[in-house]
Amino acid sequence: MSQNKTLKYSKGTVKRLLKMIYDFFPRLLPLIVVLILINAVISAMPSVFMQKVIAVIQDAWENHLSWEEAKPRIYSNVGVLVGLYICSLIAGFAFNQLMAILTQGTLARLRDTMFRHMESLPIAYFDRHKRGDIMSYYTNDVDAMRQMISQSFPQLLVSLISITTILCIMMYYSIWMGLVIVLGSMVSVIITRVVGGKSAYYFMAQQKYVAAAEGVVEEMINGGKVIKVFNHEEEAEEAFDAANEELFQAAYNANRYSNTLMPILNNVSYLIYVLVAVTGGLLIEHNVTNVSFSGLPISIAVVVPFLGMSRQFAGMIQQISPQINSIVMGLAGAERIFAMLDEEPETDNGYVTLVHATEKNGVLEETDERTELYAWKHPHQADGTITYAKVRGDIRFFDVDFAYVPGKTILHNITLYGKPGQKIAFVGATGAGKTTITNLINRFYDLEDGKIRYDDININKIKKSALRKSLGIILQETVLFTGTVMENIRYGRLDATDEECIAAAKLAGADSFIRHLPQGYQTMLDGDGSNLSQGQCQLLAIARAAVADPPVMIMDEATSSIDTRTEQIVQRGMDALMAGRTVFVIAHRLSTVKNSNVILVLDHGRVIERGTHDELIAKKGQYYQLYTGAFELE
Amino acid sequence: MVFLNIIRVLSKSIREYMKPTLLTPLFVIGEVIFEALIPYMIAMLVNEIKAGCGTDRILHYAWILVVMSLVSLLFGYLAGVTCAQASCGFAKNLRHDVFYRIQEFSFSNIDRFSSASLVTRLTTDIQNIQMAFMMIIRTAIRAPLNLVMSFAMAYYMGGSMALIFLVVIPILGIGLYAVARVTMPLFRAGFPKYDAMNESVEENIKGIRVVKSFVREDYESDKFHTASENIRRIFTKAERILALNGPLMQMCMYSVMVFVLTVGSRLIITTNGEAIDIGQFSTLLTYSFQILSSLMMLSMIFVMITFSAESAGRVKEVLLEKSTITNPENPDHDIEDGSIDFEDVSFSYSENADRPVLEHINLHIRSGETIGIIGGTGSSKSSLVQLIPRLYDVTGGSVKVGGKDVRSYDLEALRDSVAMVLQKNVLFSGTIAENIRWGNKNASDEEVKAVCRMACADEFIDQMPDGYQTMIEQGGTNVSGGQKQRLCIARALLKKPKILILDDSTSAVDTRTDAKIRQEMRNYIPSTTKIIIAQRTSSVEDADRIIVLDNGKIDAIGTSEELLRSNEIYREVYFSQHHQEREEESPIALQEAAA
Repeated sequence: MSQNKTLKYSKGTVKRLLKMIYDFFPRLLPLIVVLILINAVISAMPSVFMQKVIAVIQDAWENHLSWEEAKPRIYSNVGVLVGLYICSLIAGFAFNQLMAILTQGTLARLRDTMFRHMESLPIAYFDRHKRGDIMSYYTNDVDAMRQMISQSFPQLLVSLISITTILCIMMYYSIWMGLVIVLGSMVSVIITRVVGGKSAYYFMAQQKYVAAAEGVVEEMINGGKVIKVFNHEEEAEEAFDAANEELFQAAYNANRYSNTLMPILNNVSYLIYVLVAVTGGLLIEHNVTNVSFSGLPISIAVVVPFLGMSRQFAGMIQQISPQINSIVMGLAGAERIFAMLDEEPETDNGYVTLVHATEKNGVLEETDERTELYAWKHPHQADGTITYAKVRGDIRFFDVDFAYVPGKTILHNITLYGKPGQKIAFVGATGAGKTTITNLINRFYDLEDGKIRYDDININKIKKSALRKSLGIILQETVLFTGTVMENIRYGRLDATDEECIAAAKLAGADSFIRHLPQGYQTMLDGDGSNLSQGQCQLLAIARAAVADPPVMIMDEATSSIDTRTEQIVQRGMDALMAGRTVFVIAHRLSTVKNSNVILVLDHGRVIERGTHDELIAKKGQYYQLYTGAFELE
Repeated sequence: MVFLNIIRVLSKSIREYMKPTLLTPLFVIGEVIFEALIPYMIAMLVNEIKAGCGTDRILHYAWILVVMSLVSLLFGYLAGVTCAQASCGFAKNLRHDVFYRIQEFSFSNIDRFSSASLVTRLTTDIQNIQMAFMMIIRTAIRAPLNLVMSFAMAYYMGGSMALIFLVVIPILGIGLYAVARVTMPLFRAGFPKYDAMNESVEENIKGIRVVKSFVREDYESDKFHTASENIRRIFTKAERILALNGPLMQMCMYSVMVFVLTVGSRLIITTNGEAIDIGQFSTLLTYSFQILSSLMMLSMIFVMITFSAESAGRVKEVLLEKSTITNPENPDHDIEDGSIDFEDVSFSYSENADRPVLEHINLHIRSGETIGIIGGTGSSKSSLVQLIPRLYDVTGGSVKVGGKDVRSYDLEALRDSVAMVLQKNVLFSGTIAENIRWGNKNASDEEVKAVCRMACADEFIDQMPDGYQTMIEQGGTNVSGGQKQRLCIARALLKKPKILILDDSTSAVDTRTDAKIRQEMRNYIPSTTKIIIAQRTSSVEDADRIIVLDNGKIDAIGTSEELLRSNEIYREVYFSQHHQEREEESPIALQEAAA
C-alpha cells in the first residue's frame, strides 16, 4: 500500500531529481545517457553476428563444406564481432567511470545544497523537527539515493531500451510468438510487483522496528548504571526482548520476500521458455498463419530466435526487479530531502547594516579598518542618501506580543527600555517567557504585534546578520564545535589574531585552565565538549563572546551545578564581559539579579513587576515573596 | 586463527536456528544442481526443435523442463525462507546475548567500553554480522558450487574447449581480488570521514542558535563543503576503481565468446558435429556466463566478509568480557543494619593508574547517622560512596556494611538495602508512577505518593495535566533539572533502604526545598543512614558529621561548627557561599529548567 502511495506522487520527484542532476552536471549527464544508449545498442549487436556465425556453421555443416571454405566467412564475422566488443568495452568503461564521478558528485553537491539551505532555515524549523529526523536526511535518505542514481536509473534505462528493441524484433518475426513472451513476462512483472512490493513494505517496517529497538537499546545502555543501582536488570531485559522479537519478525519478513524473488523469477523464466518452445512447435505442426511485419511464415528459423529472445526478456525483468526496492526507497528519501529544501528560508528585508566607523568632528565616516566604533549604515530609499548612526546599545520594546503558533499568544504587551550600558534582568518560572523575549531581540522569531527599536531603528529594518553581529549571546547550554580550543574562541570573530583570542580567554578567566590542557590552545575538542567540564565549557563560551566584542549581550545563566570555585570564576568572567555593555540577563540566581538596573518579573508571558531590587523589595510583591522564599516559582 | 575464534564464540548464538542454518546450504545445493542441469535440457530441446521433431518429442522435453524448474523453484524458495529465518534469528539471539551480557557488566566494565560503543555494537555491528551470515550460508555456498557445476557441465559439453576457463578464471580472479584489495583501504579510510561529516551536521543542528547568533551560516557551510568534498574525492576514487569490475568481467566474457566461436566453429565443421553440435555450442556460452558471474559473486562475498569481520570482532569482545563484580559463592542475604566501615580502603579505576583515587580511608559510620561529604571536583567524593553498594570493588582494604564485608553479600540484597541517587541520573520513558516504581514495583499508589511527598515532588506532579500518569520522554527531557532530581530521590526512597546515598542530587533544587527534603527525611526515615554529597555547605550543615575530602584523602571529619573552627578547606567553601548569601540576604536560589 505504501508502495502505491509512493509511486503515485513520485512522478514529480523523479522529474525534479533528474532536473537537479542535470543542473549539477549539464554536460556529463547527457554524455552518460548517450553512452548508455550506445552501450545498449552495441550489446544487442553481438547476438546478431553470433547468429550469423552460427548460420554459417549450420550452412557449412549441412552442405558439408570444408573448414577452408567456411573460414573466411566465419572469420570476417568474428572480426566484426571483436570490433564491436572493443567498442562495447570502451563505452562500458567510460560509462562506469563517468557514472562514479556523476554519482559521488551529485551526492556531494546535494549534501552541500542541503546543508547550506538548512543553515538558512528559521529557528522555528528546528523547533518543529527532531534532530534525529533531520540527521536521517543526510544519512539514510542520501544513501538510498546513491543506490538509485548509480544503479537503478541506468539499469532501468538500459532495460527499457533493450525491451523496446526486442519487442520490435519480435513484431518483425511473429506477433503470435511475441504475444506469448509478452504475456509470460506480464506474469513475471506481476510476481515482481507482489513479492517485491511486499518486500519493500516489510523493509520499511523493518526500518521502523530497527529505530524502535535502537531506542530501547540506547535508553537501557545509557541508563545502565541506574539499572544496576536498582537491580532492574530483569525488567530491562524484558523490555529489550519485546523490541528484539518485533525487530526479528519484521526483518524475517523483509528478507524472506527479497530472498525468494530471484529464484521465483529465474524459474518462471524457464517456464516461459518452455511455453515458447511448445507454442512454436504447435504453431509449426498446425500450420497456423503467421502475423508479422516481415511476412515470414512460421518455421524453425522463426521459432529458434524467439527462444533466445525469451531468455533475454526474462533477463531484463530479473535485472529490473531488484531495482524496484531501491527506487521506492530512493524516491521516498528524495521526497523528504526535497521537502526540506522547499522549506522557506529565514526572510530578511533589512537594509541597515553594521560598519566600523571613525568619528571626526562629530561626523561618522565608514572605514574598512577595525575600530572601536560601530555605526549603523542607513541607506534611505527615498532620496538615495546614506546616513550613519553610532551603535549605542539602546533597545526598547513597545507593546510586543508574540506567538509561536498564530493565535496562541505567549508574550503579552511587553514594553521595556534597555538603555546603553544598563543591565536588565528577567526573572520568572519556567515557561514564563524569559528566553522567548531574548529570542525576539536577535530575531530568531518575528513579532506578532508591537515593535522593537534598536538605537531608534526598527529592528525589522536592520539586516539580520548585522543585528546578530551586534548582539553577543551566551546560551544556557554551552555548544562548542569540533576543533581546537583556539578555533572555538575565534568562532566569535573569524579574523581575530591568536593574541586577541588569548586576551579574550584571559578576560573570561579561561586562560589558566586552557594552558593546563595537554596541547594548550591547540587541544582538540569533541563537538559536545566531553573532554571539558561544564564550567570550562562555559568559560570558553564567555571567551568566544568576548572576542566578538559586541555592544549588547544576552546571557542565559547556566543552571547546572558546577563546583563553587569554578562558579566564582565563571561569574567573574561574566562580570568582566558585561562591563560597559547593555546586558539582558535571564537569571536563575538572585545574586546575579541584585545589581541590575531593571528587574522584570515575568509570569505567563506578562511583566507583572518591574523596578530595581530595592524598589521591588520595598513593594513587597511577587519578587519579595520569591526573595524571601515564601513562594516558589516552580 | 583469530577468525576461527570469532566464529566459535558467535556461533553459540545460533541455538534454535541451527536447523534452518543447516537446511539452507542443502536447499542451495539442490537449487544449484537443477540450475546447472536446466541449460543442458534446454540444449536438448533446441536440438529437437531444430531437427524438426514433432510435438511429442518437444512435449517430452518440455515436461522434464517444467518439472525441473518447479523443483529448482521449490529449492530456491525454501533456501530463501530458511536463510531469512536463520540469519534474522541468529541476529536476534546475538543481540539478546550481547544485551544480557551487558546487564551482567559492572560499572567498570561499562566504563571500559563506553555506552556509545556498546550501542553501536548492539545495532550496526550486529546488522553487519546478519548480512554476512546470510551471505555465508547462502551465497557463499552457491557461488563456488555454481562455478564447479557450470564448469563440469561446460567440460561435459565442450570438452577441451572448456579449458579456456582455466585461463580466464585466474585472470578474472586476480583482477577482482586486486580491485577489492585496492578499494578496501579506501572505503575504510572513507567511512570514518563520513561519520565525522555526519557528526558535524548533528553539531550544527544542536548549535543552530549559536551559529545564527554569530552569523556563521556561511562559515559553517564552507566548512561542511570541505568535509563533503573530501568524502567525494575518496569515494569517487574508490568507486572508479570498483567500476573496473564490470568491464573486466565483460572482457573475460567476450574473450571466451570469441574463443568458443573461432575454435568451436572449426571443431564443428572439421569433425562434422561429432565433437560438439550447435545446441551444445550455444549452451557452452550460457555456462561461461554462469561461471564468470559466480566469480563476481565470490569477490563480493570476500569484500563483505572482510568488512563484517571487524564488526564480529567487536561483538566477540563484549561476549567474552567477564564481569569484574560477581556474587560470592555463599552469599549473605541479610544486612543487619545501616552501619558502614571503611577499613584502610584504597581504590583506583584502572590497574595501571599512576596514583590511586582513594588512599588509606578509615571511616566508621553508625547506623542512622547523617553524613555530609564536601570536597572540590576530583576529590573522589563519588568514588568513595560508590564502593558501598559495590558499584566498584576496592583495590585495597575493605568496606563493611552492617559489620560484614560488602563482598560477602548477595549483590541484589546489598543494592536493595543501599539506595543510591547517582549524580548523572536518568529517568526512563514511561509514566512518572512507573519511574518511581523502579524502587519497588509492588508499591501501592499511597506508598508512591508518600515518597514523592518526602522528596517534595508531589506539588509539581499534582500540577501536571496527567498527574502521576504523565509520560516522561526518553532521557526525561520534559521535566526540569530540579524536578528530575526530586523524582530520582523519590525513586530511591521507595526502596526503603537501610542506607541512602545522595550524590550531588539536589544541585538543581533550590535551597529551601533542599532543606525541606532533608527535614522530611529526618522525620520519616530517622533510622536510615544518610550520606549526602553536596557542593553547597548549606546542604550538609545540619549533618551529624561532615567529611572533607581532598585529593582522595580525608582531610577532616567533624560537625559544621568544628570544621569552621579547624578546617581550612571547609572554611573557604563555607565563606565563599555565605558571603554570597549574605548579599542575597536569603538562602534562595531560583532554579530553572535546563531547557
